[in-house]
Amino acid sequence: MSKWNLIIDIENCTNCNMCVLACQDEYHGNEFPGYTAEMPKHGHRWIEIMRKERGSVPMIDVAYLPVMCQHCDNAPCIDAAENGAVTKRSDGIVLIDPEKAKGQKQLVDACPYNAIWWNDDLQLPQHWIFDAHLLDEGWKEPRAATVCATAAITAKKVDDGEMAKIAEAEGLEVLHPEYDAKPRVYYKNLHLYNKCFIGGSVATNQNGVEDCVKDAKVRLMKDAQLIAEATTDYFGDFKFDRLDADSGAYTVEVEATGAQKKSVDVELGESVTLDDIVI
Amino acid sequence: MSSFLFSLILFGLRMLIWMQAVRYQAFRDRLKEKNFTALMKTKDGKTGRYFTFKDGKVISSGRVINSADVVLTFKTSEIAVRLLMPPIKQLEQINAMKDFLLNLEGPDELTSWFTQTIMMTQTVGWKFGVDMGNGVTRYTNMTNGGPVFLYVKDDKIIRMTPIEFDENDAGPWTIEARGKKFTPPRKTSLAPHGMNWKSMVYSPDRLLYPMKRVDWDPKGERNTQNRGISGYERISWDEAFDLVADEIKRMKTEHGPGAIANSHGSHHTWGNVGYYLSADFRFINTIGMTRVLHNPDSWEGWYWGASHHWGGSLRVGQTETYGTVEDLLKEAEMVVYWASNPEGTSGAYGSLEGTVRRKWLKELDVKLVHIDPYYNDTAQFLGGKWLAPKPATSPALAVGLAYVWIEEDLYDKDYVAKRTTGFDKWKAYVMGDEDGVPKTPEWAAEQTGLKAKDIRALAREWGNKKVYLSAGGWGNGHGGACRNATGIQWARSLVYLMAMQGLGKPGVNMGGLQWGTPVDTNLYFPGYAEGGISGDLHHTAMSVELYQRMPQLPSMNTVEQAIPRLYLPEAIINGEATGYAWDGKTIEAQFNKISYPKPGYSPVRMLYKIGGSIFSTMADCNRHVKMYQSENLETVVSQAIWFEGEAKFADIILPACTNLERPDISEWASLGGYAYHGETQLNHRVVTFQHQVIEKMGESKSDYQIFSGICERMGLSAYFTEGMSELDWAKRIFDGSDVPQVVSWKEFIRKGYVVIPAEKEELRDPVSWNWFYEGRKKDVPEPMPLPSDYSEEYLKGIQTQSGKIEFEAESLKRFDANDPERPPLMRYNAPFGGEREENYPLRMLTPHPRFSFHSQGDAKDTYINDIKDHRVKVGDRYYWIIRINEADAAERGIKMHDLVKVHNDQGAVVCAALITQRLPRGSVHGYESCAIYEPMGTPGQSTDLGGTLNLLTPMKSQIKKGHSMGNSTALVEIELWDQGAQTAAVTPKQEKEMVPAQ
Repeated sequence: MSKWNLIIDIENCTNCNMCVLACQDEYHGNEFPGYTAEMPKHGHRWIEIMRKERGSVPMIDVAYLPVMCQHCDNAPCIDAAENGAVTKRSDGIVLIDPEKAKGQKQLVDACPYNAIWWNDDLQLPQHWIFDAHLLDEGWKEPRAATVCATAAITAKKVDDGEMAKIAEAEGLEVLHPEYDAKPRVYYKNLHLYNKCFIGGSVATNQNGVEDCVKDAKVRLMKDAQLIAEATTDYFGDFKFDRLDADSGAYTVEVEATGAQKKSVDVELGESVTLDDIVI
Repeated sequence: MSSFLFSLILFGLRMLIWMQAVRYQAFRDRLKEKNFTALMKTKDGKTGRYFTFKDGKVISSGRVINSADVVLTFKTSEIAVRLLMPPIKQLEQINAMKDFLLNLEGPDELTSWFTQTIMMTQTVGWKFGVDMGNGVTRYTNMTNGGPVFLYVKDDKIIRMTPIEFDENDAGPWTIEARGKKFTPPRKTSLAPHGMNWKSMVYSPDRLLYPMKRVDWDPKGERNTQNRGISGYERISWDEAFDLVADEIKRMKTEHGPGAIANSHGSHHTWGNVGYYLSADFRFINTIGMTRVLHNPDSWEGWYWGASHHWGGSLRVGQTETYGTVEDLLKEAEMVVYWASNPEGTSGAYGSLEGTVRRKWLKELDVKLVHIDPYYNDTAQFLGGKWLAPKPATSPALAVGLAYVWIEEDLYDKDYVAKRTTGFDKWKAYVMGDEDGVPKTPEWAAEQTGLKAKDIRALAREWGNKKVYLSAGGWGNGHGGACRNATGIQWARSLVYLMAMQGLGKPGVNMGGLQWGTPVDTNLYFPGYAEGGISGDLHHTAMSVELYQRMPQLPSMNTVEQAIPRLYLPEAIINGEATGYAWDGKTIEAQFNKISYPKPGYSPVRMLYKIGGSIFSTMADCNRHVKMYQSENLETVVSQAIWFEGEAKFADIILPACTNLERPDISEWASLGGYAYHGETQLNHRVVTFQHQVIEKMGESKSDYQIFSGICERMGLSAYFTEGMSELDWAKRIFDGSDVPQVVSWKEFIRKGYVVIPAEKEELRDPVSWNWFYEGRKKDVPEPMPLPSDYSEEYLKGIQTQSGKIEFEAESLKRFDANDPERPPLMRYNAPFGGEREENYPLRMLTPHPRFSFHSQGDAKDTYINDIKDHRVKVGDRYYWIIRINEADAAERGIKMHDLVKVHNDQGAVVCAALITQRLPRGSVHGYESCAIYEPMGTPGQSTDLGGTLNLLTPMKSQIKKGHSMGNSTALVEIELWDQGAQTAAVTPKQEKEMVPAQ
């Protein structure tokens, strides 16, 4: 049985908001009986984009994380719904019935991903329905995927075994696996959003003239264990990524030809851009 | 014989009218509109036929009668047959009009109705759109953000999407580079502001009825001081047309030529018929109006600076870009994006077409550097090294790079010797031989706030690699740092850098994959700058090609007076202004000084503003408020879609419809003129028939219809319209293009678009500048420079006097060798400084916005206001965003989304703060053009809540001997805004009065 999945590559999300706008275009001003009532013009973000800046000037990066209904296989909203207002279709899509769900505000709180929105005028919980009404008409993918210029968002209709293989091969992750909700929305390069880096630049100072040091060997140590190694680029830059936030003390060791070894201690909370390491 | 044929044709026309009335309800409705008699005859009165229209019925007989309301006279029956016998040849029609072989008499409202009804017999049966079932029709249109499908049911837009090509559409191109194959997807992309159009069409701020300011009385008190304050009352179109036409006539009779000025924005809604360079220019010339001359607003530094060194005046100082996508992908080892954010600016009209190509960069081993005070969207997407100079200082970085190259012998000496002149002088300046100051990386670091080691590292890497330089949003200029106080220096210095690295060598060129795709550039469809239906050979690029292909009556403005736009307020308030005209035909044309008023002309007393809000795009725009409230302006007309910007300062408001509510025709991203072959930004050339997808909202009319209505009251409608509706004009443009070679009209208007097949691989355009690098004749398909602008031999060398890249510009030596602001050799001149910089220590960048198209799409309750990088809702208002470094914010006690007052000695604007690490300390960032201006108190003198950051930007031209904005960097201070002051200072009464009277 093939089912819908969404794959979002954080590395290619530029925050252009096309998916968000396409969602507003589709659901504001339109109702699709049996699928969803109209989305309010403002205030609802059925597709929302979260921002994460890492590091500080001069070395930073910025990741954007589109979040929407995760169409969970173990959806907390289904359990929280009364009179069967939330159902799981055989193609994996979760639907909140716009009639039966009236007044069921508890669904909003039930979603651990904050992806269910309360429509005050209609007294209705609402979510992004994976454009199920369009897929049922023969559209090949939801609009969020169609309008994405970088193909950061793609939709795949495959059976669960196949999807598990894809997830394994491409290193896909889900948001908060600890919730055990079994989302059908997968993320690639999620570390850009939820992990940290330690980065910096290696320089020399000879007779008052500063220069970047290329090809310096940089080692990241934790508890005297080697965690990772890097070589500086032509700006003397290095970056160790995929570190956990608040993971404690690290040591950065720098070694370059003709220079004395130098080390810097780092206490990692959020991502850190170190001051230049002058050797 | 011809007399018989003429009779037969007239009989045929009668039968056609009858037949179309039987077949089409729309035609039956049309016939019910007027009751009158029209007569078509020969001059001698021997042959003819009359048509009496009465309550929808048509009585006609092959006789010449004595009294008719409308009389169309042909000189002879031979001529009548020649003009009326299908196939109709447009050139014959135009020639007949020019040669007085035709004469049309009668009241304008009847003559134009009659001619357009005859035209309608041809068009009424046309079928538009694709039936999708369930009562849904799929139409096509073109937004400034790209082409779209619109799904419409019961006259309501359900959704809009980019275009997915079908199996019948032409296939894409493929580039093979470094063992990989790159092919763009078979669909169109769309910019965010394009995706926003449904909410723009249905915005509550649409102007739906003509309105008049309540306390403006053209026969009594005009209360000009109340513009922007007093409210409006609804009037009928008849009243509106009469008011405007009467004021035009009064201006001409009481004050003489020149008293009426026309002002339009730099952009409009898309479409070759409705564009401002088309319909509005025809209108300007038909009426006779003082022009408001634009400065080259997105190209300042290139036009006033770079063109003197490498030519390209007909590209506003930018360069050719042909073949650069393929060359970059194959050859380049590094790309330097310098004040270049194509992801954020969408190539102006290029949608997100370049995005997929830049994604390919991630698959190749190409080093990337982003030089921008703001860690911009392109840096965010692509990664690479970010260097953030202090705003408006990066020409010093360029000088510092040149120092390292000279010092360490990292430049192309052979190229410099053969292809450039004046290098010794540049070298003398850079090395300090000229002034005793060697421009070392340490010197540059001091100017820019960068680290000397980074400048040296960049110089060494660049000097040892094949590097593409992407400058500005297009890669070959446009936007970016060319609009700040040192924009001219910046553009000039980048030309020098490329000259030192052998511009045109494989892998060494201008671009960042935004322009230069291998589409077919030879198949002709006019760009908007070619003037559409304007008939204007002087102020558009029509004479290049369109005029011969689409014959039309020429139009010529009898008012030669013009106002330099940057000083429009001064011209009105003080009665005088001087500037330099933007005229790119040759380098020297920019030295043409203009003065207002022009001798013998009336000062401007009436302003006719057409198009969107440009208020917030102009520097120090409180000046514009003062202008609007000046009693020197007796009448202000605003023809606008939304109630925003300067519409709120008008006496008469004429509601225009959007491009979704009128028919038109266009090509995606095709600008023509100064941006020749703009379609090379695209992955696929797409020409659209812009369907009218819904009925016009309220009583709004198209710009063309509004102009026609005014012309009707002045006896000018036959001249203005040539008897044509917009649909007829769209067909004429189609016929004048090469598009009929790839699709029939019938299929084109049904499906709504056609994809122009990609160029065959073996026929692709050569790479720009490569001819110059190799010393060959110019071989890229652009008709510039003009033939007489070559110094030695046609197509040999570039446009400069020497035909080489001139470090020291001969043109500037000839013009003013001692101009300290623009000396023949570029030198770094630090901006700002002094007491003002101490009082206002933050340098504010105001680049083009990402989510709105200038002011188009912003505010008016559209979807994009919910984008947190565009506006943020605090309380019940959506505030404009100002970005500020975390430490600068902390120092001022500012937290995320706090409301702050951005201010200097020119004014104050309330924004929501976005705390970020995307800016170094001392730099702040907010987009340049919101749509609304919401003063808390007296307009022009109070704090703005709308987000008009240009209230704070300097109006000073970058150079006195030019007409160039330098306002994309301003000095400001930011502090927490005392919200308590909000209720105290806002005058709710005023806001209430400004709600449209609907």
